[in-house]
Amino acid sequence: MAVLQQVIFIVLLAGVSLLVYRRANLIRRTILIGKDEDRTDEPGKRLATMLRVAFGQKKMFDRPLIGFLHFAVYIGFILINIEVLEIILDGILGKHRVFAPILGGFYSYLIGFFEILAFGVLAACVIFLIRRSGVKVERFQPERHREMSGWPQLDGKIILVFEIVLMLAILTMNAADSVLQEMGNPHYAQTGSFVISQFFKPLFTGWNENTLVIYERFAWWLHIAGIFAFAVYLTYSKHLHIVLAFPNTYFSRLSPKGKMINMPEITSEVKVMLGLENQNAESVVPERFGAKDVMDLSWKNLMDAYSCTECGRCTEACPANITGKKLSPRKIMMDTRDRLEDVGRNMQANGGEFVPDNKALIGDYILEEEILACTTCNACVQECPVLINPLDIILQLRRYKVMDEAQAPGSWNMMFQNLDTNQAPWKFSPADRFNWAEGVK
Amino acid sequence: MDQEVYKVPTMAEMAASNETPEVLFWVGCAGSFDDRYKRVTVAFVKILNKAKVKFAVLGTEESCTGDPARRAGNEFTFQMLAMSNIQVLDMYGVKKIVTACPHCFNTLKNEYPELGGNYEVLHHSEYLQQLINEGRVRPENGETFKGKKVTFHDSCYLGRANDIYEAPRQVLEALDADLTEMKRSKVKGLCCGAGGGQMFKEPEKGRKDINIERIEEALATGADTIAVACPFCMIMMTDGLKNKEKEDSVKIFDIAELVAQANGL
Repeated sequence: MAVLQQVIFIVLLAGVSLLVYRRANLIRRTILIGKDEDRTDEPGKRLATMLRVAFGQKKMFDRPLIGFLHFAVYIGFILINIEVLEIILDGILGKHRVFAPILGGFYSYLIGFFEILAFGVLAACVIFLIRRSGVKVERFQPERHREMSGWPQLDGKIILVFEIVLMLAILTMNAADSVLQEMGNPHYAQTGSFVISQFFKPLFTGWNENTLVIYERFAWWLHIAGIFAFAVYLTYSKHLHIVLAFPNTYFSRLSPKGKMINMPEITSEVKVMLGLENQNAESVVPERFGAKDVMDLSWKNLMDAYSCTECGRCTEACPANITGKKLSPRKIMMDTRDRLEDVGRNMQANGGEFVPDNKALIGDYILEEEILACTTCNACVQECPVLINPLDIILQLRRYKVMDEAQAPGSWNMMFQNLDTNQAPWKFSPADRFNWAEGVK
Repeated sequence: MDQEVYKVPTMAEMAASNETPEVLFWVGCAGSFDDRYKRVTVAFVKILNKAKVKFAVLGTEESCTGDPARRAGNEFTFQMLAMSNIQVLDMYGVKKIVTACPHCFNTLKNEYPELGGNYEVLHHSEYLQQLINEGRVRPENGETFKGKKVTFHDSCYLGRANDIYEAPRQVLEALDADLTEMKRSKVKGLCCGAGGGQMFKEPEKGRKDINIERIEEALATGADTIAVACPFCMIMMTDGLKNKEKEDSVKIFDIAELVAQANGL
């Protein structure tokens, strides 16, 4: 029986590892479908940003209560993983609490500490679930934000239920374990009762030893199988931010938010037009200006899309969205990820190569009306707790619309014409530019 | 006292007499052509004169920095304008620029270097703050703002785009004004609705115009003066105020105008 459990565990672990590896690899390959962009300069500054924003959760604390609850879940997950290591070793070796004899008295303190963390995760997740279901937080409401209807809303709740079940499994497992210790079952090493799970012990009053062992095993399996399922689920879910928040903040932009990414491919042509440079045979006209689809964006824009956890702080701060326009920066990120998932499936179905499917990010996922409504105010960029930049994507899509398709709104074309002929966005003669000085008397 | 004589020297004049200005005042298109913002340009020039700053302007040699074209997606027009401006600036050996327009400021400061134009660029809020700190400008002989309730509307291209929140506020505080903040301010400041080329087109369909949302916030503070530091914000907020029919009780001024008023200029 014990050997059978070991075999099942090892097969399960191997299967899950393979699934997660294949998903991670696909996500990596779809991110790399984006254009090259160097984001490795100033490693010290980047590391500091990651430590502050991802490890330290700095931006989450802009709202102290939510920040604190989120921190409880985050720190719980990071540290409880140390215990998962023990659970995995136990599973493979067919042992029970393999670290207990090694760590001696310290072991009980450690598990007690983990239990406190688990309780924090449990409490925070229950509050979050109530908040998502009962309290109507505006940014989560599909009636107001169409991108939230259906799966995204369900996804958010599934994750919370998952975490609640996992934490209840570990706490009741420890409680059953303590009761079995008190019964003197030799398989259960004497560690004493634990700080939180002792309060769950009354649940098991009157249970006989066999039923307790079955429950303890059930909770153990529920917990570890739940973690395995969660690991796979993660790769399909908005919850991927728990992994990608770290690289995403590390590779975030270091330049001032107002600076737009330059298009050096245009510079040499402009220099020729201004007579600053001779026509160079080597200068190649890019096949596309701006971004029509995900492959025209940079890999960092695509990593941004996978890092988004759909919290909607960006959309809540967006002046266009606040005043009822179709633009929602969160939807820009979700659409980009949806497109990437479609591209990934396409690649899988075609032996790793993307076969054009007559679809594009702009038009089929994101509408022109959305990108035109942006005031480039950077409120979305400012708000994002993991330093995602929706504005960068919007502006690249605009460049495609305006330069490649020549599809600018009429009044913008007027403005361009004025700039080209009078060097001012309005229809004034350049000769009159200095007339204001007559007012200085 | 004699009527003060204000000077507006151009770079061409300076170069002709072999002089180099301390700073170039980049006026910008709104500052040159928009009737309302021309008054801000004039106010700033008067302050520069009063502070005895050796400055110059480009006059008719200035062009749009290209910001609205770039934000609207037209990189060609942007780079054409930027490259010509860099040629002019470099021809005169310009080192330091001050401008009253946060959009010009952002483009000159952050986007011209990649095209070969490297200058020290200041927004007029930073420059005014420096002049005040150095004692070259102090509120005197003019209107007093003591106890006057003033609210400051952050421009996105000054604030979030370049992290300048304190300079304009310190200028207002130097005037002794009673500074009161809107519900959304500084990093959370709400856009006036004009950035990203929106100034030059009709807004998309929605429930409300952005400038109306913002003017409501400004009016909710109960301030009788709304201070701005950007020509586009000025246009949008003024428009919002008209919509609310409050032009008589509430006034909108650029921070340079307030400094000029405090100096009786």
